[in-house]
Amino acid sequence: MKHPKSDSAAGSLLIRGLCKSFDEKNVLSHLTLSLSCPGSYCLMAPSGTGKTTLFSILLGLEQADCGSIEGLDGKRISAVFQENRLLEGYDALTNLRLVTGSRLCLHQLQALFLTLLPADAFKQPVSEFSGGMKRRLALLRALAVPFDILLLDEPFTGLDEENRQKAAALIRERTAGKLVIASSHLEGDAELLGAKIIRL
Amino acid sequence: MKKLPGWVSKTMILFFWILVWQLFAVLIHNHILLVGPLETLRTFFSSVVSPDFWAAIRFSLGRILLGFGLAFLAGLATGALSARFPLAGELLELPIQLMKSIPVASFVILALIWAGSKNLSVLISFAVVYPILHISTRAGIAAADKGLLEMAQVFRVPFLRRAFYIYRPALFPYLASACRTALGMAFKSGIAAEVIGVPDGSVGEGLYQAKIYLDTAGLFSWTLTIVLLAVILEKILLRLLTLAAGKGARHEASEI
Repeated sequence: MKHPKSDSAAGSLLIRGLCKSFDEKNVLSHLTLSLSCPGSYCLMAPSGTGKTTLFSILLGLEQADCGSIEGLDGKRISAVFQENRLLEGYDALTNLRLVTGSRLCLHQLQALFLTLLPADAFKQPVSEFSGGMKRRLALLRALAVPFDILLLDEPFTGLDEENRQKAAALIRERTAGKLVIASSHLEGDAELLGAKIIRL
Repeated sequence: MKKLPGWVSKTMILFFWILVWQLFAVLIHNHILLVGPLETLRTFFSSVVSPDFWAAIRFSLGRILLGFGLAFLAGLATGALSARFPLAGELLELPIQLMKSIPVASFVILALIWAGSKNLSVLISFAVVYPILHISTRAGIAAADKGLLEMAQVFRVPFLRRAFYIYRPALFPYLASACRTALGMAFKSGIAAEVIGVPDGSVGEGLYQAKIYLDTAGLFSWTLTIVLLAVILEKILLRLLTLAAGKGARHEASEI
């Protein structure tokens, strides 16, 4: 993937004094973070401390009450949401096609699918997948599009140890030179991703 | 007691009520007050062979379905427009509520003044169906999965693909139940309008004739025809809708 600007200042992500509250409840209060790109970070915090909210703001799905984010302009973001958010009635191919369009051909999609999932599940409706399979498909979908920044909200939910390792290895391989921000409440996840731990 | 298969008990229930009907007809023993199932069927079969019967069916069915089809498309269009532009939705709210609450009879008289009796049932069927379709399209679009829509936004999924994979399945249960209600109402009010306006060669005219000649058997036979048509068309329509809705909707339907 080509970077339009490769100087380090343009590549970093600066979050300054970010606040967000829902119904009087402060979810984020004056969060300041400096993340350099390429880099890999893992946000560790108990649930309900605003990791998902921070991701929503970065994705442009929520507006911050105050504060600023620099370095997002022109960056392509991909994400694994806290929930899988798959088209449950459709098969894996359709789910991947939804986001890739005609950018990847059938063989490329199939090859991507096989990195984490068994071949016989390719044409199976996602509603018949196990929780772990759905999670892996959501991860593959995020990796199927071109991106500069990858957000992973508890990416390994429901994965057993073996699949956790495989998934982490794939993420490391596909995100070289990019900014990865994950969230987790397990120390082991940061280590698997080779990510710097940030405690909120 | 051992449970009978569904169709057996259904058939038995049907026969029970037909028997009750026949019993009353025999007891009352008056062809003007009540005719029994056998006589109704006899009249029905003797009219089925007449070309006038089929001409009347074509006349009324064609017009009611035309009104229904136009209303379906219009309701889908303005419903979607209202979901996209809330201001349009608020603007349309009043006329839609008005259409829903105006008695069909008032519509009929107005339509007679405006357009005459020939295409009366097109207008009436439209007036009855359109608000239902508009309202359920809005509701169906509003019910689309927020999580999936956010996902589509993040992945910059083009609008048509979003409509096809996210809105279409969400819309299906709403459209299916709207069509079930709306088609029945289109038939009832379309025929009722024809009885008031008496367009030449319509089913409504047939019913009107039955009233004039106190031909209760004719009335029952026409009624049977209308009910059968409504049932058959509902089945066809729902089949088409299910096909159009695709796999995603079949999944949603199985979850409910």
